[in-house]
Amino acid sequence: MIDYLLRYPDKLLKAFMGHIEIVLITLVVSILFAAMLTILAAYSKIVSKILVNIFAMIYSIPSLALFAMLVPLTGLGKDTAIIVLVLYNQYLLLRNTIDGLNNVEPSIIEAATGMGMSKSQILFQVKLPLATKPIFAGIHLAVVSTIGIATIAASINAGGIGSILLDGLRTVNTAKILWGTLMSAGLAIVVNGILNVVEKKIT
Amino acid sequence: MSIAIEFKNVCKQFKGSAYSAVDHVSLTIEHGEFITILGSSGCGKTTLLKMINRLYDPHEGSIEFFGEDISNKDPVEFRRKIGYVIQQVGLFPHMTIAGNIATVPKILKWPKEKIDARVDELLKLVGLEPSEFKNRYPSQLSGGQQQRIGLARALAVNPDVMLLDEPFGAIDAINRINLQDELLKIYTASKKTYLFVTHDINEAFKLGNRVLIMDKGKIQQFDTPKNIVASPANDFVKSLINSARGHEVFLEV
Repeated sequence: MIDYLLRYPDKLLKAFMGHIEIVLITLVVSILFAAMLTILAAYSKIVSKILVNIFAMIYSIPSLALFAMLVPLTGLGKDTAIIVLVLYNQYLLLRNTIDGLNNVEPSIIEAATGMGMSKSQILFQVKLPLATKPIFAGIHLAVVSTIGIATIAASINAGGIGSILLDGLRTVNTAKILWGTLMSAGLAIVVNGILNVVEKKIT
Repeated sequence: MSIAIEFKNVCKQFKGSAYSAVDHVSLTIEHGEFITILGSSGCGKTTLLKMINRLYDPHEGSIEFFGEDISNKDPVEFRRKIGYVIQQVGLFPHMTIAGNIATVPKILKWPKEKIDARVDELLKLVGLEPSEFKNRYPSQLSGGQQQRIGLARALAVNPDVMLLDEPFGAIDAINRINLQDELLKIYTASKKTYLFVTHDINEAFKLGNRVLIMDKGKIQQFDTPKNIVASPANDFVKSLINSARGHEVFLEV
């Protein structure tokens, strides 16, 4: 196993960095997209319900199937992987954010409205700052789940740690399987630990 | 004296409710009066109050604010001219006391020095030392202190009309009496119009120049405390006064 690392450090590093790249791009796009949808949802209860239901439905589709469904439309590779991961994240991000915004103490909202704050002032100055905890919890979940599901994206040629793992499985190469497993599990565990610390600090 | 608020045959019925929360109410309030609105829960007193700052809109009839029909006004801007205090206070937990009090001045883009001076002035007005309380957060204050901040926040831009919805309902008896006295002082100095909802008859009679007694969405009597005691308009008002008298007798024994 150490042997493999010494012989192909560049291969492992490339897979690892490819994975990080997918996760980071996914995360940035997901958060931007979710922020837009949240603002939309904040102005209408019906829209927020429809959005959450749609993304809940998408979230329930197994990732391998969703990858397969999108390949004819967007082709093989990283882009398709990122689209799928972003779609999955919307459910985690939207649900937590919308719940967080709706669970702000009603008397605080009543006082804010009664004083003459507009809807957007209430959203940005009152609701959002009071919902940081659930919003961050959603981001935390999304990061960890993206790291996991991104390994499966190797099946559509998106690269990442999954490619080592799949190679290993196909050629029955124990060293590759072990490195793939170690890297993906290790990454998820370490990132989760870091986010736990951050979450405690900001709330 | 000018007329601050006039209700013209106002009705409000909530969806799914069989009867009107406010049922054909007409009344006139002059500028500078302290009106208490008295009634038991569900009598429509809070609904009546919330129609003034357009948290609710009437079904029928119209409400005039200094001679202008409020239904033509933009509700958000209109509310900034009215102070609003609620029982649960509703302070913003993520903002300091100064930040809470400065909410409306900030929206109206007052210069910073003016806001700072106003915050200090208001804290003194409600009996709290500015240097000690300005930078604290609401959770570090007692219930009575929080409601003082709620009051200061509502008074921030010196509104012509103050709406108070059972502001002292959740405060212990001793603090409540202190707050009532201080509210009266603030009112007397300000010469503004105050509307104060309560279910406590002693509070209503102590604070109000006139008391508006409501039951089942209708006005039962609207008069000075003296006149109400001297000549109750109907059986409901009579029983209300008797209940308060019964309470006093019990205390004397």
